[in-house]
Amino acid sequence: MTTTGDPQVVAAGAAVLPGRVSTPSAARVFAAMLQRDVVVGARELPSGLAQLILQPVILLFIFGKVLPELGYAREGYVDVLFPGTVALSVVLTGLQSMALPLVLEFSYSMEIEDRLLAPANINLVALEKVLFAALRALIAGMVMFPIGWLMLGDVPGGFGDIPLVVVVVVLGAFVGSLLGLVLGTFMSPNRIRLMFSLILTPLIFTGSCQYPWPALDRLRWFQVLTVLNPLTHVSEGLRAALTPGVPHIDPAVSLAALVVFVAVLTGLGLEGFRRRSLA
Amino acid sequence: MDEAHGPRVEVVDLHKRYPRRPVDVVAGLSFAVAPGEVFGLLGPNGAGKTTTVGILTTRVLPTSGQARVAAIDVVAEPARARAALAVVPQRNNLDRSLTLRQNLVFHARYHLVRRRVAEARADDLLDRFGLASEAGEGADHLSGGQAQRVMIARALMHTPQVLFLDEPSTGLDPASRLFVWERVRELRVAGTTVVVTTHDMHEAATVCDRVGVVDRGRLLVTGRPADLVAELPGERTLDARVRLVDGVTAADLSARLLRVDHVAGIEVVGAGAAAGGGGGGGAWAAWAGSPGAAAWAAASGGSGAAGGDSGNGADGEGGTVRLRLSVQGDAAALVAPVAAAIGELGSALEGVTIGEPSLEDVFIHLTGRALR
Repeated sequence: MTTTGDPQVVAAGAAVLPGRVSTPSAARVFAAMLQRDVVVGARELPSGLAQLILQPVILLFIFGKVLPELGYAREGYVDVLFPGTVALSVVLTGLQSMALPLVLEFSYSMEIEDRLLAPANINLVALEKVLFAALRALIAGMVMFPIGWLMLGDVPGGFGDIPLVVVVVVLGAFVGSLLGLVLGTFMSPNRIRLMFSLILTPLIFTGSCQYPWPALDRLRWFQVLTVLNPLTHVSEGLRAALTPGVPHIDPAVSLAALVVFVAVLTGLGLEGFRRRSLA
Repeated sequence: MDEAHGPRVEVVDLHKRYPRRPVDVVAGLSFAVAPGEVFGLLGPNGAGKTTTVGILTTRVLPTSGQARVAAIDVVAEPARARAALAVVPQRNNLDRSLTLRQNLVFHARYHLVRRRVAEARADDLLDRFGLASEAGEGADHLSGGQAQRVMIARALMHTPQVLFLDEPSTGLDPASRLFVWERVRELRVAGTTVVVTTHDMHEAATVCDRVGVVDRGRLLVTGRPADLVAELPGERTLDARVRLVDGVTAADLSARLLRVDHVAGIEVVGAGAAAGGGGGGGAWAAWAGSPGAAAWAAASGGSGAAGGDSGNGADGEGGTVRLRLSVQGDAAALVAPVAAAIGELGSALEGVTIGEPSLEDVFIHLTGRALR
């Protein structure tokens, strides 16, 4: 279709005569960006996933396998721990899939610029990244089930209340990646290392992953603190679905809390993204 | 407004002040670029060129004023404006997770070019830009020149009406610079409007139909490079290489030549062919093909340059000496009278170069400072 050496073809601009520029379909721009992430993500999936689920897997192994074997943890502790580990895996994967790559794309490689120059609202760029990070988080949550089954010989509660599991995991995946969007855009690149020590560790240990939230009524101040961590509501929601025998927050309350977190984090995250994208 | 006609880029009283900064980076800029024109924003680093391009390409929000690309207001309708424009930035911002070919194809896909068209166009551009053998490689280990080629190819993938090139040849080797300039010429032939920012006056004069000289956020002048230079007052120079006879010094020569009509000043640039040692700035200017700086200094100092501060050429008895005459009017017409005057002293004119002033001199004339 092209003839070599013809400057008209090289310039390519000749193909389009100036005319009214129409607004491109946002859905199709979004799909093209998602496709880019799928192509890149598929290549990096095995190593990426191994990186992200390592922490929950070790946690599950130590607290779910080693401690009970040695007699330091009670028999039913796995019922407390397993839903919490799935929750941790989902939220952490969402957060980490988002925050660090985003910081790098805005500073070191600046490779996000080509997408910011796509003919669509820049919010689409952020939302596409949130969706893709949430998809990774979903996968990280799902693989915890076969891993738990292999490691513990049985998954507590089987698949429990499947619709509730799905809703909680999906909301948890979005909460995690939106947290990543907020952290990745509000933190300056040189402070991103601080994030891992000052934010991730407290997030992991105040998220009711290793203990049921209602049992904290003996530590009232800590109970109040943990209820502010969205991870708590993912852990508690999954306990309600998988191991309802363990004391847990009413799932209606957990779901409502997660919806509120999604809404607030979306607003904050898009504002942070706008500030990073526009000078 | 009719978007198909009128200027492709239009900036009206544009201001930008970044938060917590005392002054405007862009301070009331206005200009328009006609369809198919190659327009250069020429100015030193920090003049506000990149910020202006940032505003026009929707990445920087102006503090006030208007900016339109393809008649689309870039603040009111940034998404639609982005469909009409493309940018080649200063720094490599290629997608490191993708191959070069994927960089091109995905860029086109973000702009909703059909997949088959995108792939064919990518292959064609990679081939034409000499990148076919690297098409499947990543963007991490490219040289500056290669990255620049890929970014230009990427910018052309969605057939933009207006292409912005931000400092396109900074840090590139001569071959890569020529490559960039060649592509700009092709785009011009094809009717694409191009906006180039540069602090390189040679680049501006080579590739631009029209330039706007920018300094401290303000547009000092716009015009065709040749016209801007032609409007400079008394900045022509005549370089004369003279073989001296015994008993005649460069100072004697200078004194005689200053009496020739239309010679406004003389500087002894150096001894013969070994001009490198003579008179610092003058030697640099000769090398850069830009005699203006030296001529300007000589003219402002009257005949002082010839009399007092003599370079190594001034004392030379016998041997050759190089003199730079700043002249008024037509330099070529002065060759004969100058040769005659030199002959009166028994010396011989060996060679002569007529120095044309450049955009650099325009900038110096307007600001009293050099471009860098």
